[in-house]
Amino acid sequence: MSGLLGKDLLGLEYLTAEQITQVLDTAVPLKEISERAIKKVPTLRGATVVNLFFEASTRTRISFEFAEKRMSADTVNVASAGSSVSKGETLVDTARNLEAMRIDMVVIRHGSSGAARFLAERIESNVINAGDGTHEHPTQGLLDLLTLRDRFGDLRGKRVCICGDVLHSRVARSNIWGLTKLGAEVAVCGPRSLLPNAMEEFNVTIFDRIEQAIEWADALNILRLQLERMQAGHIPSLREYNRVFGVTRERLERAPRDILILHPGPMNRGVEIDSDVADGPHSVILDQVTNGVAVRMAVLYLLAGHNPKLAAAAKGGA
Amino acid sequence: MPAEPTVVLTARAVERTVRRMADELLELNDGIERLILVGIQRRGVQIAERLAAVIAEREGRDVPRGALDITLYRDDLQSVGPIPLVGRTDLPVEIDGQVVVIVDDVLFTGRTIRAALDELADFGRPARILLAVLVDRGGRELPIQPDVVGKTVDVPLGHRIDVLVSALDGRDEVVLAPVKPA
Repeated sequence: MSGLLGKDLLGLEYLTAEQITQVLDTAVPLKEISERAIKKVPTLRGATVVNLFFEASTRTRISFEFAEKRMSADTVNVASAGSSVSKGETLVDTARNLEAMRIDMVVIRHGSSGAARFLAERIESNVINAGDGTHEHPTQGLLDLLTLRDRFGDLRGKRVCICGDVLHSRVARSNIWGLTKLGAEVAVCGPRSLLPNAMEEFNVTIFDRIEQAIEWADALNILRLQLERMQAGHIPSLREYNRVFGVTRERLERAPRDILILHPGPMNRGVEIDSDVADGPHSVILDQVTNGVAVRMAVLYLLAGHNPKLAAAAKGGA
Repeated sequence: MPAEPTVVLTARAVERTVRRMADELLELNDGIERLILVGIQRRGVQIAERLAAVIAEREGRDVPRGALDITLYRDDLQSVGPIPLVGRTDLPVEIDGQVVVIVDDVLFTGRTIRAALDELADFGRPARILLAVLVDRGGRELPIQPDVVGKTVDVPLGHRIDVLVSALDGRDEVVLAPVKPA
C-alpha cells in the first residue's frame, strides 16, 4: 500500500515523501479541468461529501466545495453557527448523525488540535483535515508545495523561510513537515514571542531578522498576522511589526536572487506584507489559490479509491 | 497456442499499417478538412503522432492533434486495485463541428472508448467521431466498433496484446504474449 493515501488525510506529518509526491503528481493534470468550459468530470458521481466547518473559513471551504463539485460529488455544508452544534451536540454525535444519512466523506475544520483524527477513528467515512487548531492544515501545505514545485521543478536543496506567527500556525506546521520530507531546507523568521520553543526539534533554522531571511531564501511563505496576537501581548503594535518583520519591496530589492512570495491569505496588506510585494512580479499568491482546488481534487480522488462503500457502489452500478 | 511471445507486427509492418490507416482516414473524411486526431494516453497518443506524420506527408499540411486521459471517466475506478495515475488531457483546438478521430493502440472491451466519448462530449459537439485502432483484439463488452483497423488479432484465452512504440519502449512492435501467472 506504499505510495497510496489511506482512508484519511490528517496531516503531512503522517505521509511519506512518496505519498506527498503522488498527491502533487495527481493534482498537475487535474488543473486542466478547471480551464474547461464544462468544469466537471464524473469521477465522484454519487459520492456525498459533508463540509463540517466549526470555524469561520471562506477560502478553504469554497476551494473544497469547488473541488468536490468539479469531481461531481454531492456536497452539503454544515457550519457550527445555526446547526445543532451550537446546541451543544458533540462532534461525534454530529458526525454519526451525518453518517446515518449515508455520507462518504467528511471535510472538517475545527478549533481543537487533533479533532480530525478523533473523528477519523470513530467514523467509517474518509476524513479530510481542513485545519485543526494549531496542529495541521495539510491541503494548504500540499498546495504550497505544488506552487513551489511548479516554479522550482524539484524542491531538494531549495530554501524556504516561513515568516511570522509560526507559533499559532497550522499552515506553518504542515509546511515544515511537507517541505522537509521533499528535501527542501526550511527556516522560520519572526519575533521570538511568536516562535515555538521546540523549533530545534523540527531541524529548521531560525532568523531573528527578516533581512537575514531574505538574504538566505529562495522563497518566503509569509503567514497572516492575526490581530488577536497583538491584544494577547505577543507583539507591541502592527506598525512596529511591519517596521521590523514586514516584507517590503525595498527589503526584497537587496536580495541576492529573485525570491518567490507565498501567502496563505487572507493578507494584512501593510502589516506582514506590502502591497508592492503581494502584487509584484514574484508573487505566486493567486497561483496558490488556483492550485488549492487541484490539490483538493487530487486528495478526494485518491481517498475515494480507498473507500469500501464507494467501491461497493461502483461494483453494484457497473 | 503459443507459449512464448509471438511478434504479430514487426517495426516495418507497423510502419506500413500506419500508412494504410492514414490513407483510410483521409478517404473516409475525403481529405484533411476539419480533421482532428485525438490519441488516448499513453500509446494512443503515440499512434496518433505517427498517423499525423503520414497525413502531413500526403497532404502537405499538419492535422491538429490532442490527447485524452480517460482515467477520471472510467466506470471501474473504485473496483480496480491500486488507484490509477491520472494523465494529461490536452485538447488545444475547438472540437465543435469538427471530425474527431479517437486513436488508440488496442481495442478490447470498448470501455475505454465509452469513457473517451463521454470526455469528448464535455469539450463540445463534433460533427462526427471516428475510431482508429492499431489492433482490434475482439472481446467487446459494449456496442462499439472501430472505423479504421490496423490489424485484427484473434487473442487466445490467457494471452494479451502488447503494443510497443519506440518513444516509450525503445522499439516498434506488436506482440502476442501469454499472461504471466499472477
